[in-house]
Formats: sequence, C-alpha cells, structure tokens
Amino acid sequence: MEKFVYLRNVVTLNLDQRQCIGCGICLTVCPRAVLAMAEERARIVDRDACMECGACMSNCPVDAIAVERGVGCAQAVINTMLGRTGEQCCTMTPAEGRGEPPARGRGTCG
Amino acid sequence: MVGSLATPQGEVPLVKGHLGGRDRWGALLVRLGIGRMSYSVEPGLYAINHPGPDAPVLVTANYKLSFDHLRRHLQDLAAWILVLDTHGINVWCAAGKGLFSTAELVGRIKAVDLAQIITHRRLLLPQLSAPGIAAHAVRKQSGFKVVYGPVYARDLPAFLANNQQATPAMRLKTFTLAERAVLVPVELTIALKWAIPLSLVLLALRALTGAAGFWPTLVGQEFWPVAGLWAGVIAGSVATPLLLPWLPGRAFAVKGLLAGLVAAALLALTPLPRLDHWAWFFLTPALASFLALEFTGASTFTSLSGVKKEMRIALPCQIGAGLIGAGLWLAGRFM
Ligand code: SF4
Ligand code: SF4
Repeated sequence: MEKFVYLRNVVTLNLDQRQCIGCGICLTVCPRAVLAMAEERARIVDRDACMECGACMSNCPVDAIAVERGVGCAQAVINTMLGRTGEQCCTMTPAEGRGEPPARGRGTCG
Repeated sequence: MVGSLATPQGEVPLVKGHLGGRDRWGALLVRLGIGRMSYSVEPGLYAINHPGPDAPVLVTANYKLSFDHLRRHLQDLAAWILVLDTHGINVWCAAGKGLFSTAELVGRIKAVDLAQIITHRRLLLPQLSAPGIAAHAVRKQSGFKVVYGPVYARDLPAFLANNQQATPAMRLKTFTLAERAVLVPVELTIALKWAIPLSLVLLALRALTGAAGFWPTLVGQEFWPVAGLWAGVIAGSVATPLLLPWLPGRAFAVKGLLAGLVAAALLALTPLPRLDHWAWFFLTPALASFLALEFTGASTFTSLSGVKKEMRIALPCQIGAGLIGAGLWLAGRFM
C-alpha cells in the first residue's frame, strides 16, 4: 500500500522526549505511523506524514506532545476566512454547543 | 430495529447485524448529498444480536452511516453499541470538532448507566475518534478503560477475534483508488450546482454579442463554448482524485494545474475563435487547480499547516489566471 506524502517541513508536531513515560498510546492512535518507540520513549520517525489530527496530543497522559491541530481542508480555511459557520461542513474552529448538522459532506467530513 | 432487550436498567433497543435495502438506499442518498439533514440516530445504548453482560461495548457517532457501517461489519457478533450525540456528524469530523469528546462519552456512560448493564469496564472506540478523546481522562472520570479499535469497521471481527489487538495495518488510514473513486460523485454533485448555471450564463453572454442576433446565436450554439469549463471540472474533480498518486508534485494545486494544462491542450483542438482558446488556456487550468485544492478536504493525509502554505501561494495565482482568462474571454466577445 503506497503511503501518501504531503508537503515537506510544514508540520507543527513536537514531542518532548524528556517528559515521555513510554506508555505507547500515541503510537496506537496515530493513523499515519508518524511515531515509533525507541528505548522506551516515543520518537518522531516520519514527521512529514503527520496530518496534525491531534490524536497523539489529546491522549498523551503527560502532555509530552504538542501540535497545532486542525483539518487539512482548503474549504475549511476559506470558510473561516469568509467568517462562515454552521451550514458548511467544516470550519477551522470547533463547533460550540449545539451546531446544526452539516448540510453536505465533503469526503472525510461526510 | 427488531425489538428490545431487557437489562437491569430497562429495555434497550435491539438491532440487527445486517443491513436492509432501505438502509442501503438511504446511504446512497446521503453520499450524493440528498436529504442529508435528518440522517442521524438517537444517542444511547443499543444491543446487537442479543449481547450478554460480558459482551464488548462499541462506541460510535450518531451519524446513521457510521452506525450502519458498524452494524454491517459486526454481522452475527453480539455486542453493545453506545451511540454518542455528535449532532449527526461522522466519527472523524465529530472528533475534530470536539463533539465526539471525553465529556460526551463520560456523560453518555452515566446517562445509560452502563456500569449496571455490563460486568466489564472496557470500551472499544474507533481509532479515528482519538483526536476528540483523552483516554486517561475517560478512565479517571468514569472508571472505564478506552481501547482503540481499528481505523476501519471491516477489521473489527478480526480485531475482536485477535484478543482485541490490532495489526499495524489496521491502524493506518488509507486512501486507495476505490476510496478516492467513491468521492468523485460527491465532488461532481458539488461542482454541478454552480457549473450548470455558469454554463448557461456564459452561453447567454455569447449570444448577446452574437453577430446573428441573440436568439439565433443562443439556439445555434454548440457545446464547445463551455467545453473549457467542463474540462476544468473533470480535470480538477475527477482526474485529480483518481490519478492522485501518479500526478507529479506534492501540492494538490500543482497536481490539479498539471491535469488542467493537459485538458487545456486538448481544448486547443476544438473549433473556437483564437481568443477564446487563449482565454480557456488560463481559465481551465486555474479552475482545475482550485478544485484540486478543494479536494484536500476529502483526502486523508493533508495537514492544516500544509494546506495553508499551499493556499498562500496557489490562491493568488489561481485568481490572477482566472482574471486574465476572464479578460481575454470578454475581449473575444467584442472582436
Ligand atoms: S497529530 Fe495525528 S497524524 Fe500527527 S503524529 Fe499525532 S496522531 Fe499522528
Ligand atoms: S503518549 Fe506521551 S507518554 Fe505515552 S509514549 Fe507517547 S509521548 Fe510518551
């Protein structure tokens, strides 16, 4: 299975190995095989593959991982630039309270 | 729904592990973006194939397609399904938006009194819900241990049979040709909504300046004057998704631009005035590039940082080329 790669050297992922306790859950949740375990600590092995979903960060029990999470979706960026929310599938800001369900699904936002 | 199952906490709706024709038909309509609003499932606990108190608990979103997908792949396995209120949004997007969240999960566990219904303390969550969840916090707040299942529901039977262990392949989000192909009708439905009206406007504008007068020109026109528009749509929303790994470049806008240039080169063979050819030589690639950029949202590997970087460079170029093309096209009307 080919592994897609996106742009080089843009990802904001950061891992502080000194804090890591080697629990391994970041490896489990990453859908892009960005991380690996070496000497009982997590390590970034394929930074460019990261899609900044933030799963590793939210599940790390010691906050050793930081990433500017977001959806890699041009429409979401445009919606946010235009100040559109609600009806559209995605915006960069998380929905607050009871938002309307999206009117249409674009791909992964289906 | 085939009935209900009695539990210490009252009746729980019982559902089948296979899909009926109506579920499939509904799924098709949702894919095509028709009647999307009402396609959610009531949040709460469901029983599938008569589970006992030791059966696994699977957590999902209250988007009907997510729910049905889970049912379909469970087939004859007995399980509990805990449906969270994600406002009818799928697992991945709901996790990104903070709707499939630790707070919602913990609240739902309490609301259905899960601890009274089952004897174990493990919850199986789809791996793609992880961005919205903090597993350690769920454990602390509810006493339940979160186990992340495979990315794809189709791997669930193998995962369950393998002592709830995922193989490395089950952990990866893929983007195969088949996965890209099902997105093409979605992209096209979105494009048709503006491309058809725009085509009619372009044909009318041409007719307005037609030498033979409005009506004879309008009726006598062929498809060629708007072929460039449709070539752009096909290059950006059909060719780019399908040929994604083989198109050169990493940026989607570049991939779309190249597909659009090929389309523009083919357009040169169509019977149109010289100036129109030049106009479409700018318009078609610009459009294809923009639509390809839009496809980042449907893809499964783009990062926000990457998309922003790409947009900073690509959007001004696309708009610039669009304006040049539009200028040439208008000039063509008065030559
Ligand atoms: S942000 Fe997502 S893709 Fe990137 S390393 Fe973390 S889990 Fe993997
Ligand atoms: S989740 Fe955090 S503590 Fe656990 S292995 Fe990853 S970085 Fe280390």
